[in-house]
Amino acid sequence: MEFNKELDARGLNCPLPILRTKKALAEMASGEILKVIATDPGSVKDMQAFAKQTGNDLINSAEAGGEYTFFMKKK
Amino acid sequence: METKKLAIIATKGTLDWAYPPFILASTAAALGYEVQIFFTFYGLQLLRKDLSGLKVSPLGNPGMPMKMPFGPKWFKGINWNIPNAVQSIIPGYESLATSLMKMTIANNGVATISELRSLCQEADVKFIACQMTVELFGFEHSDFIDGLEYGGAATFLEFAGESDICLFI
Repeated sequence: MEFNKELDARGLNCPLPILRTKKALAEMASGEILKVIATDPGSVKDMQAFAKQTGNDLINSAEAGGEYTFFMKKK
Repeated sequence: METKKLAIIATKGTLDWAYPPFILASTAAALGYEVQIFFTFYGLQLLRKDLSGLKVSPLGNPGMPMKMPFGPKWFKGINWNIPNAVQSIIPGYESLATSLMKMTIANNGVATISELRSLCQEADVKFIACQMTVELFGFEHSDFIDGLEYGGAATFLEFAGESDICLFI
């Protein structure tokens, strides 16, 4: 999947992946896509909750080998 | 959509209990909430410029696992169940437990309190220090970080009364 920016949140724990995601999105334009890679299993639910509450669109998420990849489209 | 508001009263001054107010406040700010934290009694410790005094005490806390942050996996898994009576007579036990906890925090990619506090301030979380307890405990405003407001119960309640979530920690 194509994306405009990538955020490496591997090794970080709650709430840092969410805070870094928020910060990364703030520097992007509406409609652009942020790719986030995390290792915190809690980030799966947290990213969904973040998207729901901020209006950004979590267009895809996947898990492979203990890593979670998210694609978030900025509102 | 109207901005949601989160009001927190932070009353604990230990390393472990320093986390919930700052984690919730920084996350809420990232979700677009307007956030205020009212620091009172021992919670004032969380506003000091020097946070090295924050410690964790396993004494009288049966819920706290005592595990080593280093060594092989089987060793890390051991819960060192040390009786209160023994903990209380070993000099430096709290300092030891605190350094072990700080190692565990770093090993797990958990932010430090200082980092989370800065993130809150960057995200415009408003910190209010309870002026009454500042005086009660003999603190000076110069002991604390910049950017604080000093106020009392009425100041907190004004915001708390309009909040969507209000927590006592």
